Amino acid sequence: MTDASAHIVIVGAGHAGGTAAALLRQYGHTGLITLIGDEPIAPYQRPPLSKAWLKGEADADSLALKPLEFYGENNIDFRPGVSAVKLDRAAKTVALSNGASVAYDVLILATGARAISLPIDGKDLKGILFLRTAADAEALKAQVGPGKTLAVVGGGYIGLEVAASGRALGADVVVIEREERLLARVACNALSTFFHGYHEKHGVSFELGATAAAFEGKDGHVTGVKLDDGRTIACDAVVVGVGAHPNDELAKDAGLECARGVVVDLDARSISDPNVFAIGDVAHRPMPIYDRMFRMESVPNALEQAKQAASAITGRPRPAGEVPWQWSDQYDLKLQIAGYAFDVDEILIRGDPASGKFAVFHLQGEQVQSVEAINSPPEFMMGKMLILNRKPVDKAKLADPTVSMKEVAK
Amino acid sequence: MAKITYIEHDGTEHVIDVKPGLTVMEGAVKNNVPGIDADCGGACACATCHVYVDEAWLDKTGTKSAMEESMLDFAEGVQENSRLSCQIKVSDELEGLKVTMPESQH
Repeated sequence: MTDASAHIVIVGAGHAGGTAAALLRQYGHTGLITLIGDEPIAPYQRPPLSKAWLKGEADADSLALKPLEFYGENNIDFRPGVSAVKLDRAAKTVALSNGASVAYDVLILATGARAISLPIDGKDLKGILFLRTAADAEALKAQVGPGKTLAVVGGGYIGLEVAASGRALGADVVVIEREERLLARVACNALSTFFHGYHEKHGVSFELGATAAAFEGKDGHVTGVKLDDGRTIACDAVVVGVGAHPNDELAKDAGLECARGVVVDLDARSISDPNVFAIGDVAHRPMPIYDRMFRMESVPNALEQAKQAASAITGRPRPAGEVPWQWSDQYDLKLQIAGYAFDVDEILIRGDPASGKFAVFHLQGEQVQSVEAINSPPEFMMGKMLILNRKPVDKAKLADPTVSMKEVAK
Repeated sequence: MAKITYIEHDGTEHVIDVKPGLTVMEGAVKNNVPGIDADCGGACACATCHVYVDEAWLDKTGTKSAMEESMLDFAEGVQENSRLSCQIKVSDELEGLKVTMPESQH
């Protein structure tokens, strides 16, 4: 446990960093908390940027985790618009981009991840966008609308959410995906096929097995995506959603053990330095239910690790382990995913995909490893519980939608 | 503004003025009231903003959607007066509302 008067410096004011600051106060830390963020605004929720916000159903105030006054009122020194450039663990200081230096007793790294860009010709043209920050979303919103064509490079969840929102805003949307199917890295065939059909029904067109070879432009602005087969997809704007890279350079340069993310223990504490924690997208963390370590990019993960770090720092018991989960909203579909499909030997589909309401269970023997539930909250909620409890399931019952999930989980 | 009383599981009360238009969940989260996690930020995807609505307020807080009903059905410690607080919109009508948080949201 850290002295309650210790100075805690949080680098990164995203969902993880902002939550850690608030929880430290909730858990009784009285010392100064400094929250450093490279964006100009206070911590906010990113998920709505590709969903409700893009469609104009949420505003900046509703996205903010806390009102701006919260930070001052709670003795949290929030410093927007600056980034940390160097960490000196011996001196316990962080050098900032504005020339200042901040001394810490405890450091929490919550630097997140950044969108990966495509290293191809024309990548610096205007109108080639990413979706990571509120500023990115603002730029995108300004470019999509009726009569416009939006090209989305990457058929993952971000790409598909942007496609759905783009359609809702009246734009034509073309999704370009390198693999032969959508969601290739994260979902099974059945789910890929389902989403493909659903988006097509809503007017999205697809170029699968197609690689963006170059961006074409006129007067400095993008006008099309040139594919590797020589064709060009004309467009007014491009969103690139091909994954993210952890911002772990600060940690790496300071000699903290990293493995595509800062390696931490179950308290979110760096394995190299007891005074340093890493949380959220930048952390490479243990996940005991799967007996392995990995890095996740999700809000629930950011929140869980913020809780772990704040608990360890304030001497509270370690919070109970949670099942990783995430969600996606596209059109009238609510997708909820629990767990990860590690070491899976069987995929079982409960319900009829044609009905728009079904769930895909990924099993290892009789053990549920993960579930993807479309408009099926019971399957998600009970699936999550089965993953956590590691309880064997009766597969025949699980496959039969007339048997309730409560009965299946008995 | 509507005055809402949030009561933690241990009985600690937090009286908060919440702007109409926000949800009961947002009123708690934006004021750092412990006991409402709201992992999904109000997307009705996680059931971690579960509250018990004071009996006197059940009518005024409206009815549950099928999605909310379905999520709640599988949350811990659900009672007749359970709601997901992200699905209750605050209005002047709710001046004086009391909600109690369950022991755990996970």
